Amino acid sequence: MQSIADKDFGTPKSLSTKKVTLTIDGEPVTVPAGTSVLRAAAELGVSIPKLCATDLLDAFGSCRMCLVQIEGMKGYPASCTTPVTEGMKVTTQNDKIATLRRGVMELYISDHPLDCLTCPANGHCELQDMAGAVGLREVRYGYNGANHLDAPKDESNPYFTFDPSKCIVCSRCVRACDEQQGTLALTIENRGFDSKVAASQAESFFDSECVSCGACVQACPTATLSEKSLIKIGQAEHSVVTTCAYCGVGCSFRAEMRGEEVVRMVPNKDGHANHGHSCVKGRFAIGYTTHPDRITKPMIRASISDPWREVSWEEAISHAASELNRIQAKYGRDSIGAITSSRCTNEETYLMQKLVRAGFGNNNVDTCARVCHSPTGYGLKNTIGESAGTQDFDSVMQADVIFVIGANPTDGHPVFASQMKRRLRQGAKLIVADPRRIDLVRTPHIQADYHLQLKPGTNVALLNSMAHVIVTEGLVHEEFVRARCEIDAYEKWSSFVAEERNSPEATEAVTGVPAADLRAAARLYATGGNGAIFYGLGVTEHSQGSTAVMGIANLAMATENIGRPGVGVNPLRGQNNVQGSCDMGSFPHEYPGYRHVADEDTRKQFEADWKVKLRVEPGLRIPNMFEAALDGEFKALYIQGEDIAQSDPNTQHVTAALSAMECIIAQDLFLNETAKFAHIFLPGSSFLEKDGTFINAERRISMVRKVMRSKSGYADWEITQLLARKMGMDMNYSHPSEIMDEIARLTPTFTGVSYNKINRLGSIQWPCNDEHPEGTPTMHVGTFVRGLGRFLVTEFVPTREKVNAKYPFILTTGRILTQYNVGAQTRRTENSAWHDEDRVEIHPSDAETLGVGNEDWVGIQSRAGETVLRAKITDRVQPGVIYTTFHFPESGANVITTENSDWATNCPEYKVTAVQVMRVNQPSEWQRRFHEFDRQQQALLNEATHPKQPAKATAPG
Amino acid sequence: MTTTIYIPREATALSLGAQPVADAIAAQGARSGKPVRIVRTGSRGLFWLEPLVEVQTPAGRVAYGPVQAADVDGLFAAGFLTGGKHALHLGDVESIPYLKNQQRLTCARLGIIDPVNLEDYRAHGGYEGLKAAVAMQPGDIVKAVTDSGLRGRGGAAFPTGIKWKTVLDAAGEQKYIVCNADEGDSGTFSDRLLMEGDPYCLIEGMTIAGLGVGATRGYIYLRCEYPHAHATLKQAIATAYEKGFLGNDVAGSGRTFELQVRLGAGAYICGEETSLLESLEGRRGQIRFKPPLPALKGLFGCPTVVNNVISFASVPIILQKGATYYRDFGVGRSRGTLPIQLTGNVARGGLVERAFGVTLREMLYDYGGGTRSGRPVRAVQVGGPLGAYWPESKFDTPLDYEAFAAGGGMLGHGGIVVFDDTVDLAAQARYAMEFCAIESCGKCTPCRLGSTRGVEVIDRLVAGDRAAMQQTLLRDLCDTMLNGSLCALGGLTPYPVLSALDYFAEDFSKAAAPRAAQR
Repeated sequence: MQSIADKDFGTPKSLSTKKVTLTIDGEPVTVPAGTSVLRAAAELGVSIPKLCATDLLDAFGSCRMCLVQIEGMKGYPASCTTPVTEGMKVTTQNDKIATLRRGVMELYISDHPLDCLTCPANGHCELQDMAGAVGLREVRYGYNGANHLDAPKDESNPYFTFDPSKCIVCSRCVRACDEQQGTLALTIENRGFDSKVAASQAESFFDSECVSCGACVQACPTATLSEKSLIKIGQAEHSVVTTCAYCGVGCSFRAEMRGEEVVRMVPNKDGHANHGHSCVKGRFAIGYTTHPDRITKPMIRASISDPWREVSWEEAISHAASELNRIQAKYGRDSIGAITSSRCTNEETYLMQKLVRAGFGNNNVDTCARVCHSPTGYGLKNTIGESAGTQDFDSVMQADVIFVIGANPTDGHPVFASQMKRRLRQGAKLIVADPRRIDLVRTPHIQADYHLQLKPGTNVALLNSMAHVIVTEGLVHEEFVRARCEIDAYEKWSSFVAEERNSPEATEAVTGVPAADLRAAARLYATGGNGAIFYGLGVTEHSQGSTAVMGIANLAMATENIGRPGVGVNPLRGQNNVQGSCDMGSFPHEYPGYRHVADEDTRKQFEADWKVKLRVEPGLRIPNMFEAALDGEFKALYIQGEDIAQSDPNTQHVTAALSAMECIIAQDLFLNETAKFAHIFLPGSSFLEKDGTFINAERRISMVRKVMRSKSGYADWEITQLLARKMGMDMNYSHPSEIMDEIARLTPTFTGVSYNKINRLGSIQWPCNDEHPEGTPTMHVGTFVRGLGRFLVTEFVPTREKVNAKYPFILTTGRILTQYNVGAQTRRTENSAWHDEDRVEIHPSDAETLGVGNEDWVGIQSRAGETVLRAKITDRVQPGVIYTTFHFPESGANVITTENSDWATNCPEYKVTAVQVMRVNQPSEWQRRFHEFDRQQQALLNEATHPKQPAKATAPG
Repeated sequence: MTTTIYIPREATALSLGAQPVADAIAAQGARSGKPVRIVRTGSRGLFWLEPLVEVQTPAGRVAYGPVQAADVDGLFAAGFLTGGKHALHLGDVESIPYLKNQQRLTCARLGIIDPVNLEDYRAHGGYEGLKAAVAMQPGDIVKAVTDSGLRGRGGAAFPTGIKWKTVLDAAGEQKYIVCNADEGDSGTFSDRLLMEGDPYCLIEGMTIAGLGVGATRGYIYLRCEYPHAHATLKQAIATAYEKGFLGNDVAGSGRTFELQVRLGAGAYICGEETSLLESLEGRRGQIRFKPPLPALKGLFGCPTVVNNVISFASVPIILQKGATYYRDFGVGRSRGTLPIQLTGNVARGGLVERAFGVTLREMLYDYGGGTRSGRPVRAVQVGGPLGAYWPESKFDTPLDYEAFAAGGGMLGHGGIVVFDDTVDLAAQARYAMEFCAIESCGKCTPCRLGSTRGVEVIDRLVAGDRAAMQQTLLRDLCDTMLNGSLCALGGLTPYPVLSALDYFAEDFSKAAAPRAAQR
């Protein structure tokens, strides 16, 4: 079922610039060439009945409801499949057409259950609407003929049901799966009257290849495919446009509401990042927002072995403020700090760093981007001048060669992956550089031209070799380089990469990538037309993460693949607002807009606006905070919406640091792993409970809108403000829009941003200022942000994590479609039906050597620690490499990862850990301790939320 | 002296015992010391005479038929190797009136040559058309086809030259020639006879099309029910490659034409050109809407000529003898000849190639000899399972696309199925709906649901269950299918149904069944 708020134009918008004028029922209308008659009519306000047509899908022409008459054309052409022509004269209504439409509808209803009043689609069913529109009054065929009314329901999917008795075989679901999602899991089985929708080889939806994106459910014109939530709750009565709080794609949704209850999330057709598409997380996995695990009252305790005690907001905030003041008084101004959240809004993040800089009086603020895309910021800033991706997502539709390195879009950024796959199915070439055979390498109608299956930790060597081929084979776009880049730096770089030690033949031994493949891939990228690079954490989370990002920028500059649509350097950001949290000055060395704290002009601007003296020295990065805590110098940490005890490397080191502090303030929806070490718990609000903005991977600022009251009483920005005020700051925002106004006032790339403008345009890609009043889809057009592009020499330095006799395997990590990062949200939804446990992938040949079978317990030991996971034997990984996801805290993936990190940014080297692997029959020692600690903390929590009844006192009077 | 004997290798003849006959003649020849050389040919299409054995004599080919293996001793005894008299003796084959009175242009070599022998083909005028085409500009090739008046012989009768011109003028690096050899209409077999009896003629026609429109690659989409045609085509294509008539230097022209056979999987709907293209691309055989026309966006989205076997096979003679020669045959806008297939309850079933204009009555009686049962002809269905059922009153209609259309019928692929007076037209109407229900691809609603409902309505109508209402409903349903269907399957199924209802209304009443039995 489509959104209750959407108008459907029947066929997609034509992008042609040529205009065509025709008349429909005597009214002239001018539309782009290539527009269907059906859409032209809809734009004129003429509704032609339709069932198989929807503007999210290409015309199909099967339902025969939209038949019209066109002067000079034989018969009754379907208006959905007939393109407009100049001077065309269309009749959409007359007796003959009405008879035909009624005849078709009579056939439909002769094979449809007559349970409209109890049907979940009742009131918003297209079949019902069309039966009304064509004036069907009787079904002369009767209801005793052949029919599908007994077709069994499939309720296997946790989120939607498939009731084939209501199916009208319009193929909208099949086409949505093909065209929108690109999984091609659905088909029509059999033919003629026996035609029916089937998932994979007539399997249940759950067992099929279906990835539960829900595009089919949205496309269904009847109740055949219906959200279980819709069946349970009933039709929504209003909808609110907001932005998804999962990954960095930043999909726009209509939250369809009944009162304060979300009936369903429907991706917004007008959403600039997602164009009406979604994934299983954004559309369905919102159950966490109302999960009983949500903590909705503030709690405090003296030590982490004490029970929690629910307190009033006033008490919690006062206690927090007094603790922070006490600690600063005792241990010094620098003894406290904060961590902002990439899950929270820009406004909330901005307030956090303001609290630290202006309130705490230091720069000890950092964010989770430290552990994901900080090398992107560094690498891109130093080469092209801006710490962000260069394109919009739609740019991929103009790419001719797509180079994906260290990213797994179909799992990590599924909605963008669908768009990318659409382009690939149109014929764009594909290069994948990944140690693992990710789905994109071979997926329906797509096969990577080159899969460069490199060894983990060798990105820089691979990128240098690509550059070597481009430089030594004369594939550099000399004219561009001379006009747009620093020539000295280029000369230095080109002579460096041209060295024989950087040739594919020389690096093959290091990377494991056959030289011939690498040469061919480099040539393809350099000469195949528009070349677009997409990368993710497989590039950044290395000891040379920043170097690899620079290497990518070098390639793009050398081949002129930057500065126009269809090309570019595109980091696929992980979290919904990781771009925003970085933009908002979450790093200890940067103010909003990536301006260094030591920069005099910037600091003065903030000092003037905030009316406070600000520190010149950068503050502590997260790993430095841990070190300082263990050294006894750092004593209090205010953490908003981040779970460092699960997500940061070397868990035991992290928990030791947390344990060493005197005051941990955790602000979150749940008692997460970090909160188990906390002394003050401030219950946060979900994205449904507040207003604000998120910024996605394409620098797109989108509105987050409150659809229900906060379960804890306050939005996160309000909590920060309460604390700030209690600490004596003058902070009095009445709405997040005022915070955005301040951001715009103080940040050159945001000067043109306001809530009014975002509401008017739908979304805005920064920079948005006088130069680009409506934002900037493509950056670095004509000139680089830093002026001239700067090539940087990228010497390959192997990681210290080397395999040896003791640790013979390399462990690398990644994500899976259905779970999200630390899993705090998705583990509290039905998504766990697909993935209820992290497993370790082992190549069959290694498994044989190790004597490990599928599902066996496997001990994984590194220099940092040891954990135990069940094995999944698969040749997706290469021999010598094992792989796991990290969505469950008990998996202890980060017990194994080490503190090795990027030389420039300290981004942890999650992607390379040397390990030993062996078959075991019990959990690791750490896991035993983890479970014991978890049980203890849950019990301490229960004492707060379900206090033991005191012994019954004598009843008064 | 060795005697040459011609025996068909064609499926009809084989099903009637041609193989044992050939074996027996070879054995008897060896045994009796009278050396024979047996040449296996296609069928001339005189089915009531199959297996038809022809003996090469100085006076020409002398025919015997229908021959069974048991007749072979007697034939030898009668001196058939020198044309001796025998009960099965038919005399000079070319003088058999059924054959003599035909105008064989497209099917000229059927039954005469060894189908896979390229030299035999060339000795009978084969590849003369290509020779002419190689010397012409593409536009001139297309013009010749346009000027010949040739229209698509698959049934839709679209002017072939105009289709080719569209492809010629379409932009595109890759273009394709696709032959629709999914001959699925009941009562049709001319495609099969041609592919089994003269495969090079089809290959030559497709090659000329390739040169004409600038297509370098062709596919023959053949129904899998034609194993003999498949084997014959594969062998002929291999030989054509070997001898330089296919490949990257067609007939020394320096131009490329590659050709492959692809097998269908038994779906009638894949005889519809857009379904055929879907199937050829490896997808589910489902109708594509038009526009875009296949000529502009056809196979794999490229400009594509899709023509029937007979259309392509008519091209070589047009190029060889000129457009005027071909267009001088026929009447009105139906130019040239049509290979007509006579079948059903008919005394002399087979292939009759005649210029357009001959009447249905001539076909039924002069060629067909009336019904096989000897009872009166009550109805004929022309144009396959979607053709109208016509009563005797329409038998003087000339075989001409426009004349048939004017009479509410269609000539289609030229198949004529004959019924005597025992036929139950209500059952035939029901069968039309049932056929549509079984073969519908299921994409469009009128066809997917309408055909099944059609069977049900006819059943109720015949059973007398509120007959007047059922008849109205049936006519309304036919109107919905006719005007609402996506392709010709659903769109033409009403033809047999409505014609049965219009001309044979008595069969639809309750009492019809016993009356039919009486007849």
